[in-house]
Amino acid sequence: MVLDANWAVKWLTLCAQAMAEHRVELIELDRAIGDSDHGENMDRGFQAVLAKLGESTPETPGAALKMTAMTLMSKVGGAAGPLYGTAFLRAATALGDSAQIDPSAWADALAAARDGIVARGKAESGDKTMVDAWTPAVDAARAAADGGSTDVLGVLVAAAEAAEAGAVATDPMIARKGRASYLGERSAGHRDPGAVSSALILRAAVGAAA
Amino acid sequence: MTVSIVVVSHSEKIADGAVELAAQMAPDVVILPAGGTDDGRIGTSLGKVLAALEQAGGEGTVVLTDLGSAVMTAESALEFLESPAGVLLADAPLVEGLVAAAVAAQGGADVQAVRQAAEGTRGPGNQPQPAGWEAGRGSVSSAAPDCTGDFELVNQAGMHARPAAKVAGGLASLDAEVTINGVDGASMTGLMTLGAGKGTVLHVEAWGADAERAVEYVRSLVEAGFGEP
Repeated sequence: MVLDANWAVKWLTLCAQAMAEHRVELIELDRAIGDSDHGENMDRGFQAVLAKLGESTPETPGAALKMTAMTLMSKVGGAAGPLYGTAFLRAATALGDSAQIDPSAWADALAAARDGIVARGKAESGDKTMVDAWTPAVDAARAAADGGSTDVLGVLVAAAEAAEAGAVATDPMIARKGRASYLGERSAGHRDPGAVSSALILRAAVGAAA
Repeated sequence: MTVSIVVVSHSEKIADGAVELAAQMAPDVVILPAGGTDDGRIGTSLGKVLAALEQAGGEGTVVLTDLGSAVMTAESALEFLESPAGVLLADAPLVEGLVAAAVAAQGGADVQAVRQAAEGTRGPGNQPQPAGWEAGRGSVSSAAPDCTGDFELVNQAGMHARPAAKVAGGLASLDAEVTINGVDGASMTGLMTLGAGKGTVLHVEAWGADAERAVEYVRSLVEAGFGEP
């Protein structure tokens, strides 16, 4: 398995499927501690990405991610638009014109994406945001890649599993950023919708390579 | 051509309305709204912001935003632009900041000074310096003014928003430091905080090459009642 432009197109297609399938779940999570638009916004954003992919085929993974960044920032509307948009844009920049992504490059791209989210949203680990899914994913991917793994699927899986665990770990946290922070302690006991959608995106990356 | 301004809001109506309000006080300034999503919902759109920035042109652009993700979208737009030099984000209340920025731009202020005018509206103790302010000129206010004048407000409504915009906009384009009853004459919001009604006497003090013109400018406006009843 190689992570090339075809893989990237499949990844983004699976992202769109995942957002459509989990739309109601994300809406429910966001209704509890936010403004209940996350599922709808993410679904709309990735449907727009699908439409773009139908118009033209990107030549590199980086080009696919840059197109995704632009589309999400223009179509999502809520805070998730610029946050995911920046994540995909920084990842695209990290990948450059490479035709294929090796394990180390995937770890670097995830780190660049996470740094972009932090720069834009100013959230830190433990604030009950998508950063709590991304940082464990970055660390897991880095560790897998540094372990000398040439198995790119293994690195994708490590990142996705860490992101899923990271999303679950937001349950007891008290939100310190975003709309949920207005709720203070009442935000505890709910899973952060942004962390959940982040885990869905990284799980889709596995599905595209399987 | 003056500095242009882009207004990024979650609501198309807020952006359009704020632009309409500011344009009344700054007819020569290009002020463009980028409000709502592409399909008219509440939210912000990178595409709209980029289109507005492209259209804005001029000698620099100052961007004003409303809530959190509007700021993020504006920052993202700068990241997307090839040459973001000359595009500055202002951290200011949308309406007050926009009006102050528009008045400064109308007066010919540069892009830094326009942003400063907007950010000066954030609260007391953070008043903007007059546009065209130069290093070292701050010390002149301890010296005797080069020109002074006292003028009584004759119009019914006194020093409200539109007169304040006229006074501040005109003074900003002159090479003079001007205070009116102790506040910066080139600051529209400063003038409005005077709460000066009909019958109030404005004490004008001016320093600098255009001091005399500055005092004369205020006199002519006040005595004409700002063109109001």
